[in-house]
Amino acid sequence: MIEVNELTKRYGSTTAVKDLTFTVRPGQVTGFLGPNGAGKSTTLRMVLGLHEPTSGSVIVGGRSFRDRPRGLRHVGSLLDAHDVHGGRSAIAQLSALARSNRIPQRRVEEVLREVGLAEAARRRISGFSLGMKQRLGIASALLGDPPVLLFDEPLNGLDPEGVRWVRDLFRRLAAEGRTVFVSSHLMSEMEHTADQLIVIGRGELIAAESLAEFSARGTRQSVTVSTPASAVLRDLLAAEGATIHTAGDLLAVTGVTAVRIGEIAMEHRIPLHHLSARSSSLEEAFMELTADSVQYLAGDPQ
Amino acid sequence: MTTTYAAVDELGADEPRARFHDLVAAEWIKLRSLRSTWIAYGATALAVIAFNAGTAYDTYNYWPERSAADRADFVRAGIPLQEAFTANAVMVMMLALGAIGAVAILGEYSTGTIRTTFAAVPARRSVMAAKTVVVTAVSTVFGAIVAGASFGLTQAILDGRDAGLSIGYPGALRVVAASALLAPVCALTGMAIGSVIRHTSATMVASVVAILVLPMVFTDGRHWSAVAGHATLYQAWSRLVEVGSPRTDFPWTTGGAWTVYAVWALTTAVLAVTSAQRRDQ
Ligand SMILES: Nc1ncnc2c1ncn2[C@@H]1O[C@H](COP(=O)(O)OP(=O)(O)O)[C@@H](O)[C@H]1O
Ligand SMILES: [Mg+2]
Repeated sequence: MIEVNELTKRYGSTTAVKDLTFTVRPGQVTGFLGPNGAGKSTTLRMVLGLHEPTSGSVIVGGRSFRDRPRGLRHVGSLLDAHDVHGGRSAIAQLSALARSNRIPQRRVEEVLREVGLAEAARRRISGFSLGMKQRLGIASALLGDPPVLLFDEPLNGLDPEGVRWVRDLFRRLAAEGRTVFVSSHLMSEMEHTADQLIVIGRGELIAAESLAEFSARGTRQSVTVSTPASAVLRDLLAAEGATIHTAGDLLAVTGVTAVRIGEIAMEHRIPLHHLSARSSSLEEAFMELTADSVQYLAGDPQ
Repeated sequence: MTTTYAAVDELGADEPRARFHDLVAAEWIKLRSLRSTWIAYGATALAVIAFNAGTAYDTYNYWPERSAADRADFVRAGIPLQEAFTANAVMVMMLALGAIGAVAILGEYSTGTIRTTFAAVPARRSVMAAKTVVVTAVSTVFGAIVAGASFGLTQAILDGRDAGLSIGYPGALRVVAASALLAPVCALTGMAIGSVIRHTSATMVASVVAILVLPMVFTDGRHWSAVAGHATLYQAWSRLVEVGSPRTDFPWTTGGAWTVYAVWALTTAVLAVTSAQRRDQ
């Protein structure tokens, strides 16, 4: 269980995280979603006590993580797969971590096998691909068999087979009753992985709900109507409370169902040439929700 | 499902007591698993021993050209002990060990390994203390080997001209001990500067200033300058390897020089251990 309480972090004049409060529960995979620069990594660094909050607190398993003398048996984490020394072998890296936490050496062999790096264990990490480094990072996170696991963008650099493996691993860890907290800036990565979602933008909480609840937001229909009397229909729909975008004869309508539009058109004897409904995807729901808080829009003049 | 939950609740509950010596062992694994560690220590050892042996070999070579009086003075003036560890060799050793000590911590900061380390062991001071212990121990062994080998080799070479001294000769042991212990003190200095500055190039410049420039700047001209100079490691070493009467207007004791070693070692160790505590990593 991770309890984040009114967490704020400022770096000079930049507010990376602002008044963030949420809880991550055990037994589920919780996705931590937000556009680039939203403050996900900053939040995770504060969970691990690497960065000191400007105000607020994070409690992990009943205690502030920094107060624990040794961490691996409490929280396993992968913040950045590059946070290793390229000159060491995978086995040396893991052996040092294990020894610092009094974890037996046989556990090192175990996790290396589990992540599929047994063959590469004695090779220097500088020769590893990003995907292999991600696997090594996941192995470090698993070393202490911890009840809480944190992963920052763990799917970066993995091939499709690796992505499926990681998803299955997360689901299994959650099924064992662990707290699994996984960040991503892509909804598509979370869609098939997370049970719960914490969505942030510009450091602030946007949504904390189940994936099902989140997708319900996305089922808001968008209806496309084409009619020669578009001006008349537009006014009628606006009176019903719909949001309408006009493009020539075409109206893109949200907030009123296709059925209701058909009824209104019939009542007022307006001919319709085209009427179709389309529900938006999760990705669109995410984009819509975070649109106001995206910091770096593609093609945006900087 | 419920049973698994209960099991996970118990995870971490049977955690063994945290022990400092496990951290020391972990830091030792980290140090020895880097090929660059061995290359740096090995190359420095070879260079320093070669410098010293080369000087002794020069003396051996040109011995026949010395006058009888000159030869007699050679041992009386304690020159064999000066050749046991030369000033050039000690400069090379100090700079190299400063860099090795700095890299021991900068290797973690520049690669981001420090975050992995502190996420595994939130007790940052303990980690830094363990790292300090390992760097000090390895550098002490290095210093002992290099100073011992230099003494043995140079005196063996000089023995070819009957000018070599044994370790029992007055002052000989002090030359070896002062040269050997300079290695860990310089490594600690580099490590402390690296821990505070955390950036490679700035750390290297600061190490060179602390180790090489300061002892050159503070000369024996005035009293305050002489005292400041005496507080530098190089001048303390020079005092300790000095044989016979001091050649300065501001003489000082070997006890004073040992104290300088101790103060540098302690101050830099404290800096290295505490520097990471309050800062974001
Ligand atoms: N160490 C730091 N110093 C200054 N600003 C930072 C630092 N870390 C993050 N930031 C800023 O905080 C904001 C959030 O960054 P980050 O937590 O990395 O976002 P995310 O992981 O969601 O992409 C960004 O504007 C970033 O530039
Ligand atoms: Mg990030």
